[in-house]
Amino acid sequence: MKALGRFFKSLFLLELLQGLRLTGRYLLDRKVTIIYPEEKTPQSPRFRGLHAQRRYPGGEERCIACKLCEAICPAMAITIEAEPRQDGSRRTSRYDIDLSKCIFCGFCEESCPVDAIVETRVFEYFGEKRSDLVKSKKDLLEVGAQHEAQIAADRAQDAPYR
Amino acid sequence: MADIEINGKVIKARDGAMVIEAADEAGITIPRFCYHEKLSVAASCRMCLVEVEKAPKPLPACATPVTDGMKVWTNSPKALAAQKNVMEFLLINHPLDCPICDQGGECDLQDIAVGYGSDVSRFSEIKRVVRSKDIGPLIATDFTRCIHCTRCVRFGQEIAGVKELGATGRGEHMEIGTYVEKSVGSELSGNIIDLCPVGALTSKPFRFTARPWELGDILSVSPHDCVGSNLVLQTRRNRVMRVVPQANEAINETWISDRDRFSYVGLNSKERLDKPMIKVEDEWREVGWETALERVVKGIRDLINGHGAEQFGTLMSPSSTLEEMYLLQKLTRGLGSANIDHRLRQSDFSDQELLPPFPWLGQEIKQLEKLNAALLVGSNVRKEQPIIAHRLRKAAVSGASVMFVNPVDYSFNFPVAEKLIGNPDRMVRVLAGIAKALLDITGDVAPEGLQVLLENVSVGDTELVVAERLKAAENSTVLLGTLALQSPQLSSLRALSALIAKLSGARFGQLPEGANSSGGWLAGAVPHRGPAGEEAAVAGVNASVMFEHPLRGYLLMGVEPELDTLSPATSVKILEQASFVVLMTPFVSEQMKRYADVILPVSPFSETSGTFVNIEGRWQSFSGAVVPLGESRPAWKVLRVLGNLFDLQGFDYTSSEQVRDELKASCEQIEPSSRVTWRCPTSLDADSTGLQRIGEVPIYAADALVRRSEPLQNTQDAMAAAVYVNESVATGLGLADGDVAQVRQGGDSIWLPVVIDERVADGCVIVPAALAETAGLGAIYGSVDISKN
Ligand code: SF4
Ligand code: SF4
Ligand code: SF4
Ligand code: FES
Repeated sequence: MKALGRFFKSLFLLELLQGLRLTGRYLLDRKVTIIYPEEKTPQSPRFRGLHAQRRYPGGEERCIACKLCEAICPAMAITIEAEPRQDGSRRTSRYDIDLSKCIFCGFCEESCPVDAIVETRVFEYFGEKRSDLVKSKKDLLEVGAQHEAQIAADRAQDAPYR
Repeated sequence: MADIEINGKVIKARDGAMVIEAADEAGITIPRFCYHEKLSVAASCRMCLVEVEKAPKPLPACATPVTDGMKVWTNSPKALAAQKNVMEFLLINHPLDCPICDQGGECDLQDIAVGYGSDVSRFSEIKRVVRSKDIGPLIATDFTRCIHCTRCVRFGQEIAGVKELGATGRGEHMEIGTYVEKSVGSELSGNIIDLCPVGALTSKPFRFTARPWELGDILSVSPHDCVGSNLVLQTRRNRVMRVVPQANEAINETWISDRDRFSYVGLNSKERLDKPMIKVEDEWREVGWETALERVVKGIRDLINGHGAEQFGTLMSPSSTLEEMYLLQKLTRGLGSANIDHRLRQSDFSDQELLPPFPWLGQEIKQLEKLNAALLVGSNVRKEQPIIAHRLRKAAVSGASVMFVNPVDYSFNFPVAEKLIGNPDRMVRVLAGIAKALLDITGDVAPEGLQVLLENVSVGDTELVVAERLKAAENSTVLLGTLALQSPQLSSLRALSALIAKLSGARFGQLPEGANSSGGWLAGAVPHRGPAGEEAAVAGVNASVMFEHPLRGYLLMGVEPELDTLSPATSVKILEQASFVVLMTPFVSEQMKRYADVILPVSPFSETSGTFVNIEGRWQSFSGAVVPLGESRPAWKVLRVLGNLFDLQGFDYTSSEQVRDELKASCEQIEPSSRVTWRCPTSLDADSTGLQRIGEVPIYAADALVRRSEPLQNTQDAMAAAVYVNESVATGLGLADGDVAQVRQGGDSIWLPVVIDERVADGCVIVPAALAETAGLGAIYGSVDISKN
């Protein structure tokens, strides 16, 4: 009896048709693949991409060199050196993130008491050399300046859940 | 002994102990802020509240003495509630700005808040803000964070002996500050940084540079004074970031001096040398070690072959490690020369054969606090050995008579029973007077030769009192300080001091400069004795002779001749004339390049393993905290290689421990002793005439490392280069405060401002030594001429 069933299944190519049915369904379905880079997938406001250092609206840098991000970073990607600035405030004299070490866990952002280090939506960056992927304080502040509007909007959107 | 029960555990506690002490001993933690085992009980923070059986309210454990049968709970609901409430009150006015606070990560308030506090604050009113005060270059203040535990105030009163910090106002308006707006001048002030449980007092040089969790701890020993305080060098990324004390009850308890704490800044000085350098046709070239060492070997060989080994001499800093000193003397003796010394600022060597194997305190450091009487001769112990002074202070506060014979009326942080101030020449007569008084009291016969000298010595009232007190005291000591050890009358001072000690039944001790003078003697870094105090087969010449009668070649280790020698101007001239000069030094200056031929970069104490022998004769070894800077190398390794290059026997060490153990084995038989064989001074009066210079070495200029520590140079204790005279001497010379005067000594002269200083005895002036400005002068003791034009 079993053998008979198998015979009919293969004679009428039933399994093939079953597979083709799936193909047919996707053929007619709404497309999900996109044509990158012309098209892009939507991003969550919590997207964790390239890091940025933010400034307050007045222009003062936010980071106060507390070193919590450096301490929490599981990949040890952050290196900070700090000293009193001319006006006596506590500031970093060096703030490096090595993106080739970073695992984009977002802990740095989470630990920061002043929302200074953040991860932006930017994920399209590259380096020609390994050392290009070590972002200095200057680089990070630049990213921050460039994307501040988006960064602020994203934080605001996420605020109720924090 | 009382039997008490804490948390159900039965404990034996000392009668009169506080509950918190008993709990600490039993390993039961009670949170606290104001209590500190070394300070009196203030019971002001109330964090230590515990529940005690039959007590209606929780009691502060730090101020509740134990009683037999007492039952205490530190973690009952009642105790915990009390602690939680106290925590809430403490945090009401606390800024909670941990992210920008340097105490973050090592803060008692943080830790205790996590352990005993509540998770949210119910306080939404405005917090108080307190203006921070500038209390000097060492300590940063953020008084908004102060929790009024008053540990710093109690430290000042009880330990440092200076009432500098105080609390004003009450309740919320209470503020800590200096009474008068000025910086804190105590030589122990840095300890309040450790004492402050919060971030109100933090280290200024360390400010904001690192977090405690980044720092690695390496134990070390102080390279500055003969006490040998135990230190922790805290390092990060191969750099010493901070120095804190390591508790050692036998030596420094929990304190260290500011010099030990802040000198590390000099380790990262711009003057650090990181490559060997040789001079080729008056041009300095950086070269590899091989080239440099070959040059050294060739230079010294040529010199010895051409002029004999006695034309070669080696000098080392008294703060070199034992291993370095031992190897350098071994090398020098191996080359056939016995011209070795570490006593760079000593001027009188005439009694060196009569001395014990190494300079000794005559007792243990901790015994000092049990003294009933002490006589210090030529010593500014408070500034030079603050930890010794702290022990003496404990004795003085509990009634001991601490007395001084000094050329300068130094101020001390403890009651001084008697003081005899006179110029260095007079000091000898004063001591003779005390000795005479003692001879009268005891009826002993004067030792050989002294009777004649004593005939025209008059015994003043004070001398008599000093003698009586020393004699009457059950437990007494006579200590010879650094100023005496540098004095040209040293042999007389030493003989008489030792005699006074003997006659009065006191212990005799010495307080030499540098961290390892005792080690220097043991290692054989003196011209007349080999390692372990053995009589040297051939005696060489001492440091002062080496700079009076020029040799042809010198090797200097850790020495800056223009600052560290007895007579800087002459030393430099002689080095300039010498045909071959090798410097082994961590630091290089332009001056050095003028007379040196080869400069070898060697490690300071933080980058080498080694041993210091302190004044008690305690051998303390330490390891390097960071790897040597650039191409610099530990000096013992350099000396080992040099030994091999010279084909000398016995230089095949693989570790500094081997060097130490070799020396230690031969030192086994050596008993510390203070016996100074009596030899009568030829006369009680020196033949010096005119004004006497006292070349005081400012404590923050004492060695190459500390003089490169910028913060210390900005303190009050960093003496400015000037002529310090008292009013009457100044008037006699026609000088007034602020004048600029010419100071002449021998053929050298310099111009210095005049400072009127009533502490200075008649007939002498202080012209500090070891400063760049005074380096142009001759011997740090001796006659000087001072005139306005
Ligand atoms: S995202 Fe994670 S791994 Fe990357 S820097 Fe931040 S903490 Fe480090
Ligand atoms: S980025 Fe934020 S967490 Fe990191 S050091 Fe600066 S303030 Fe601290
Ligand atoms: S003193 Fe302690 S609790 Fe207060 S801000 Fe500093 S680290 Fe935080
Ligand atoms: S520790 Fe007991 S009251 Fe402060």
